[in-house]
Amino acid sequence: MKVFVKRASGFQKFEVPRHPSQTVLDVVTYIQRSLDPTLAYRYACRVGMCGSCAMTVNGVPRWTCRTHVDKVVRDDALEVGPLKNLPVVRDLVTDMREFFDKWARAKGQFQGTRTKREDFAVVPPASEERKLVDASIECIGCGVCYAACDVVAWNPDYLGPAALNRAWTLVKDARDSLKIERLRAVAGDAGCHSCHTHMSCTEHCPKKLSPTAGIAGLKRETARALLKGEL
Amino acid sequence: MNVQTALWVAQRASAAVLAVCVAVHLAMIIYAVQGGLTAAEILGRTRGNAGWLAFYSAFVLAVTVHAPIGLRSICIEWLGWRGRSRDVVLSLFALLIAWMGVRAALGVFA
Repeated sequence: MKVFVKRASGFQKFEVPRHPSQTVLDVVTYIQRSLDPTLAYRYACRVGMCGSCAMTVNGVPRWTCRTHVDKVVRDDALEVGPLKNLPVVRDLVTDMREFFDKWARAKGQFQGTRTKREDFAVVPPASEERKLVDASIECIGCGVCYAACDVVAWNPDYLGPAALNRAWTLVKDARDSLKIERLRAVAGDAGCHSCHTHMSCTEHCPKKLSPTAGIAGLKRETARALLKGEL
Repeated sequence: MNVQTALWVAQRASAAVLAVCVAVHLAMIIYAVQGGLTAAEILGRTRGNAGWLAFYSAFVLAVTVHAPIGLRSICIEWLGWRGRSRDVVLSLFALLIAWMGVRAALGVFA
């Protein structure tokens, strides 16, 4: 098959042999190991856990290690590029600093109240709060949602779906003590209120999560806090 | 108080009012056109009618709240326009809508 890889100089064409159950990451690895060792790309686990191999494949952000070529190839050709909305370091490698800095800006750090001398906190799996974030806590931080988000493209300050999803999991964490501070951090033009509910994040999330639902939850929680005079 | 959250609540609340107002307004236009009402007949029904004045006053108020908040997002996303100058212009725009709307509502009442 023909593979067009986005590089600094433009798209570079490679011929790559097809194999059964071949993934897009396999294709990129073949190019780097057999055709052009200068190609830069990033991966670690190869099994959909670490979130480091996301790229743009035929214009769509995807996790490449779990994307089969059969599923995405068009006319025996593939186009592979770096994730959108992030600065490119080289070839297929993006700089994820801003992406993760925004998690910190959304107060994505857990802040418990117990010390190591106290017993474990019990979070009943059947509790309403826990059920609301059951899926959301499975985020692997791959950046696909961030690359898919129109609002990130329009408003570079926007925290983005992943950071807001992280904040949502903590707002609903019974053990966490930073609730109001976190709601302050995610309210406003850079936060949940800028989401237009286009749902591109939900459409493209490889883990099938719905950051959109979490962001809607943050809108409700911030509104509730405002009406109570806490925000 | 978090201003953006307050604006968001105001926009949602005004949207809820607009959902009703727009539906009633459209239904009334269709009714008036199909029934072949003349301008004079329409004015005959609206003049001195406090109910219609209240309805259109609520409509105008909801638009005055709703539209500038939406334009605010467009200013940020399309033009990158933030800060005081944007808010002043949007406030003037809100006043313009309110003035035009009140004028129209009073026009068919008085």
